[in-house]
Amino acid sequence: MATQPHAGDRRAEFMASDLLSSLRAMLFIRRFEERAGQMFAMGLIGGFCHLCIGQEAIALGMRQAARPGDPFIASYRMHGHLLAAGADPAAVMAELAGRRDGLSRGKGGSIHMFAPELDFYGGHGIVAAQASIGTGLAFASAYRGDGKVCMTFLGDGAADQGQFAESLAMAHRWSLPIVYVIENNRGDDWNRPALADRGAAFRIPGEEVDGMCLASVRDAGARALEWARAGHGPTLLEMRTQRYRGHSEAEPGKYRGGDKKLAPAPDPIERLRTEILDAGLAGEAELRRMDAEIRMRVADAAEAASRGAEPVRADLMTDILL
Amino acid sequence: MTAPATHVLMPALSPKMKSGTLVRWLVEEGAAVAAGDILAEVETDKATMEVEAAESGVLLRRLAAEGENVAVGAPIAAIAPAPRPAPAAAPTAKAKTAPERARPRLTVREALRQALAEEMRRDPDVFLLGEEIGAYQGSFRVTQGLLEEFGPKRVVDAPIVEHAFAGLGVGAAFAGLKPVIEFMSFNFVLQALDHIVNSAAKTLYMSGGALNCPIVFRGPNGASARVGAQHAQDYAAWFAHVPGLKVVAPYTAADAKGLLKAAIRDPNPVVFLEHERLYGESFDAPDDPEALVDIGVAAIARRGEDATLVAFSRGVALALQAAEQLAGRGVNVEVVDLRTLRPLDMGCVLESVGRTGRCVVVEEGWPRGGIGAEIAARLMEEAFEKLRAPVRRVTAKDVPAPYAANLEEMARPQLGDVLAALEAVLHSGFKRSGCLFT
Repeated sequence: MATQPHAGDRRAEFMASDLLSSLRAMLFIRRFEERAGQMFAMGLIGGFCHLCIGQEAIALGMRQAARPGDPFIASYRMHGHLLAAGADPAAVMAELAGRRDGLSRGKGGSIHMFAPELDFYGGHGIVAAQASIGTGLAFASAYRGDGKVCMTFLGDGAADQGQFAESLAMAHRWSLPIVYVIENNRGDDWNRPALADRGAAFRIPGEEVDGMCLASVRDAGARALEWARAGHGPTLLEMRTQRYRGHSEAEPGKYRGGDKKLAPAPDPIERLRTEILDAGLAGEAELRRMDAEIRMRVADAAEAASRGAEPVRADLMTDILL
Repeated sequence: MTAPATHVLMPALSPKMKSGTLVRWLVEEGAAVAAGDILAEVETDKATMEVEAAESGVLLRRLAAEGENVAVGAPIAAIAPAPRPAPAAAPTAKAKTAPERARPRLTVREALRQALAEEMRRDPDVFLLGEEIGAYQGSFRVTQGLLEEFGPKRVVDAPIVEHAFAGLGVGAAFAGLKPVIEFMSFNFVLQALDHIVNSAAKTLYMSGGALNCPIVFRGPNGASARVGAQHAQDYAAWFAHVPGLKVVAPYTAADAKGLLKAAIRDPNPVVFLEHERLYGESFDAPDDPEALVDIGVAAIARRGEDATLVAFSRGVALALQAAEQLAGRGVNVEVVDLRTLRPLDMGCVLESVGRTGRCVVVEEGWPRGGIGAEIAARLMEEAFEKLRAPVRRVTAKDVPAPYAANLEEMARPQLGDVLAALEAVLHSGFKRSGCLFT
């Protein structure tokens, strides 16, 4: 049985930026999400389950570019961000299964998980809500002058929401330390103008980034974070990415009909794997062992979640007010 | 050689304005003034204006006291022309932040302002954010002078983006600050409802207790005069419906102050409903100016044993008027001021109705699913055997607020409506001898 690393180790695991650590971290997110998809298909996860398979480089690259203490906030497609923040995968899986040991004690589910002690502020189920809330996290950093920079992740759909434009207006007005990361998985429109330009009217710099390349994400993230930390205000990063699964597990995304138009983008994990093999940093056998070990850890988390106890009746009426 | 004194008159700040309140004198009697010097500040609910000296001279007499309401066109000061040019350094006090004088009476506006200022002095994490609250001094002058004391970092003028600045407040609260978000009017709150309900109210529960949201959303709620349907809605019942929120709607100045201070210190999201037409009302100042008022506790505004009137916010004024009228006829009506709508102090209501057996609920909101509907249902569930007559509700009419003055008046709960409802509960009782009630 694989041992569970504690939070500090888990966090370090996702922050180390050498190639092998990065591969392990991305692979962990991938295997976790695959397992969650299976759990959903088996009826162990209800309602929503938005997987980020294909988008792992964004969660990991921004985590590696950030400093400890920098707040993160994301949409409902956030398991990867939560794991990259160092959350206990067993607690995340237990929450997906609606168990009492879940990160939100079984009261939140797939889209409502929070880990403020790990600087992760959700997990938001209303499209683009996190754009405004993340702007508030950045406002708090500016207010305190604590040198932190907020990373706010949103999808390309959310970029059309009014409150995103409203948030840009305020981030610009007060020069807030924030990086808006648009994970453009090209949900509905191939021909829309670059989302990186959405801040142009406010002179908010924007950059299109290859979201399928870990190093590109990390480098762009580092530049944007540094820009904000130096007091220059917000940045918009458009991560061009591709989600290999449907919008959610309940909705396989056939509407995209994009398979003809959408040539599969190179898998960020495969790219890294090839790079490692080419550089001779590890052999096939070693990488297979790594994968097997990760699968085992994920299986342990899933097994524990499956067997976990449901919340008790007394839990129903708690956590409403402090 | 002395030329006759000229009078400075109360100006009209708007065509409809009939009178204004002289808020503050800035020049002492006997002081030299130059043309253009600001003599005093005059205020209505809508605006504050500085009254300037039209000519140089000496301020002979102040003809109105601070706090006095003066008719438009009536003299407020007499200025005698200067016998010689005014001294170079005329000691005109232009400072806007003259210390508050101790007075036994306090307006709701001043009470709220004091609460904000005191909590900001006490806790550096408290900040204010809203439209026109800083440089403009607040649309209803609640935040007047706070920008000068606390600076633009803590009194933040927001762009007109209610949706996103409500969300920004939630994010700042998640990060541990204590935002006080002002809505210029709660009528604009529909833009921001998503963040108040989905982000602020639900997160503690959704996170299994991991993340709380210590934020206050405040501003004038409900009726205003002649503003039409989109600017005169009472949202009390909407917010009182939502678990995870606390909802406060005070009537008196002391409650406004004590409850706002308590709301700012509360670790939960609090919706603080003020009333535009109460801002200028004066009440006895609290005995202890630092005192907090507990959220979730109603008050008996008037003792009585014949019937119970339950009200909140400006509805309490109507209830007290009705009680006063009936007192003249020997009927003693008890008035319960709910003060907080969530959590609801049903204990207080049940205790009162347990004694009187008769209840009328007064509110300015619509009848369907209103606060009165909730209280009537709770009384039926929890005190059916104590009721001696069906509970009555007095509410706004079930229409959008009309513009025409007469229609607007008809749409609102009237004193006559309260008296009629009282009449009904006092004189139409259940027959207690039937088999249902033995």
